[in-house]
Amino acid sequence: MNIVVAIKQVPDLVEELELNDSGTDLDREWLKFKVNEFDEHALEAALLLKDAQGAQVTVVALDNGLDIDKALYAAAAKGADRVVKVTGEFEGYVSSHAAAKALAGVISGMSPDLVLTGVQAVDDLDGQLAVLLAHELGMPHITVVTDIEVNGSTATVQKEYGGGMVGEFEVQLPVTLGIQAAAETPRYVPVAKVRRAMKSTDIEEISGDAAGAGAGFEVTKMFKPETGQGAEMLSGSADDVAARIVEIIKSKGV
Amino acid sequence: MTYVIIEHNNGKIEDISFEMLGKARAMGNGVTAVLLGSGTGDMVAQLGAADKVIVCDDPAFANFNPEAACKTASSILSGNTGDIILVGNTSMGMEIGPGLSASLGIPLVAYVTDIADGTVTSSLYGGKMSVQSAVSGGYIASVMAGAFPGDDGRVDGSPATEAATACVTSDLKVRFKQLIAPEGGDVDITQQDVLVSVGRGIQNEDNLEIVEELAQKLNAAVSCSRPIVDNKWLPKSRQVGKSGLKVKPKVYLAIGISGAPEHIEGMRDADTIIAINTDENAPIFDYADYGTTEDLFDVVPAITEKL
Ligand SMILES: Cc1cc2nc3c(=O)[nH]c(=O)nc-3n(C[C@H](O)[C@H](O)[C@H](O)COP(=O)(O)OP(=O)(O)OC[C@H]3O[C@@H](n4cnc5c(N)ncnc54)[C@H](O)[C@@H]3O)c2cc1C
Ligand SMILES: Nc1ncnc2c1ncn2[C@@H]1O[C@H](COP(=O)(O)O)[C@@H](O)[C@H]1O
Repeated sequence: MNIVVAIKQVPDLVEELELNDSGTDLDREWLKFKVNEFDEHALEAALLLKDAQGAQVTVVALDNGLDIDKALYAAAAKGADRVVKVTGEFEGYVSSHAAAKALAGVISGMSPDLVLTGVQAVDDLDGQLAVLLAHELGMPHITVVTDIEVNGSTATVQKEYGGGMVGEFEVQLPVTLGIQAAAETPRYVPVAKVRRAMKSTDIEEISGDAAGAGAGFEVTKMFKPETGQGAEMLSGSADDVAARIVEIIKSKGV
Repeated sequence: MTYVIIEHNNGKIEDISFEMLGKARAMGNGVTAVLLGSGTGDMVAQLGAADKVIVCDDPAFANFNPEAACKTASSILSGNTGDIILVGNTSMGMEIGPGLSASLGIPLVAYVTDIADGTVTSSLYGGKMSVQSAVSGGYIASVMAGAFPGDDGRVDGSPATEAATACVTSDLKVRFKQLIAPEGGDVDITQQDVLVSVGRGIQNEDNLEIVEELAQKLNAAVSCSRPIVDNKWLPKSRQVGKSGLKVKPKVYLAIGISGAPEHIEGMRDADTIIAINTDENAPIFDYADYGTTEDLFDVVPAITEKL
């Protein structure tokens, strides 16, 4: 079984987000990036299938210049068999439509049975990737997936709705799935193991082409949302704040 | 014309559908609702905010199927590449929206919180940034739950209907098998007066002890954000938000929760929201009544002690 996992680096939201001079995008220069958390789940879902029934796991990422090598080495250290960097004009923000086209061009040559992506990323503006990618690849799609079982030429897949309801589907392979959560917490890999992977892993480079594909609209302004009323901020020491919170709770008659 | 893809569940039209219908009405270009379902009569009568309803009533839609829904919606709307199509930013809408964008070849704007005169506003980066985009021609807007008031779209009536055919052939690659209801938890977080809700700021499972102690003193239940459940520190029945439960307690304490849109969706209607988060820019403060940027590891034990 061939499983391809697409991952990307996104800004770490723990950091303060600054705008660029034209106020249309983030200033990426000082930002810290990390792998989209749902992509970590997609990789974990692939590795769980590999552990259970054997699979060749390939991780692909567009080369957006944002520390992607580190992410690919970490994937190799966790158990990916092959890591591929898709080179081309992918610096800065890449629209989901362009990413889908570029990735599809590369992934279609890998004859995958399963293509996994994270369900969404914090910087998606023109849609989540999985479904767009499925269309480019001519595959069926299911997104918001929390469980996958592969049985020969089909997979049984669980999709999450609101309120914790789950829909179960059977789908013919190959399929593209948007992963919300793997069945297990994504495995941890110690830094020493990543360092070893850096020595023993070759990152393959394949050029990608997104010509003609884009969001189809233009960002005119990015800004910190006006906060409406906003909260009354409690000041003083932690102890003062705690005392005020106790007062507030008691005043609500609970 | 503005088209609205109606979402429903168990015979009940979802709030997001009314929110989109109300917004579509306000946009002033006429409203056509698109309803895929099985036994849709009662639902059509609730869609009075639409001028017309295109109905595809077929047993194949007794349950949602991403492939059947995308193919049918694409076939119904194939000639509408110049129109605005509203779809919910929901588990179903996340299949149909991009599916339509790909098959119709028109743009998709996601996480939409407002639409005005060719400018579409979206919420990105977990609610920390807003983005305005200039869109011309037809496009699909994937609308955030709670962005528009639902009452404007909740109009009974008998709009004109047009029947559409389902695109469900025997060669569908996706087959619906079953719906699985969530396991009932030990406590029902939707029935609590006070919720002590904890997020990733708690760092590890052992630290949960401090929120449990606080909850015990308050005679309250502990609820949480998604990562806590994904880490298996608390059961799914404690999750608040889009894919968890909607709660409306008298007091909601948000502890180490950033306030991503998917979380806000589940708790924005709480009477009083108190947020404890060291990041002064955390979106949770936009929704909270009271906030503090003191460290949760200092404040939470201090509250417990004072109770
Ligand atoms: C389809 C879909 C459905 C989803 N459904 C849900 C859902 O139902 N519910 C849900 O919650 N999420 C849901 N999510 C996930 C959501 O997007 C966010 O990832 C999640 O809500 C973030 O959880 P958090 O706020 O606990 O974590 P983070 O965003 O990581 O926030 C942690 C916060 O803790 C603060 N903090 C850290 N240390 C301290 C300290 N010592 N003291 C005080 N504060 C501190 C940080 O400043 C930060 O703001 C969904 C996502 C998708 C794609
Ligand atoms: N826009 C939609 N397109 C297709 N199916 C939907 C849509 N919205 C809801 N459904 C599904 O239809 C089923 C419920 O049908 P009903 O009981 O008739 O409301 C559920 O499984 C819903 O998830």
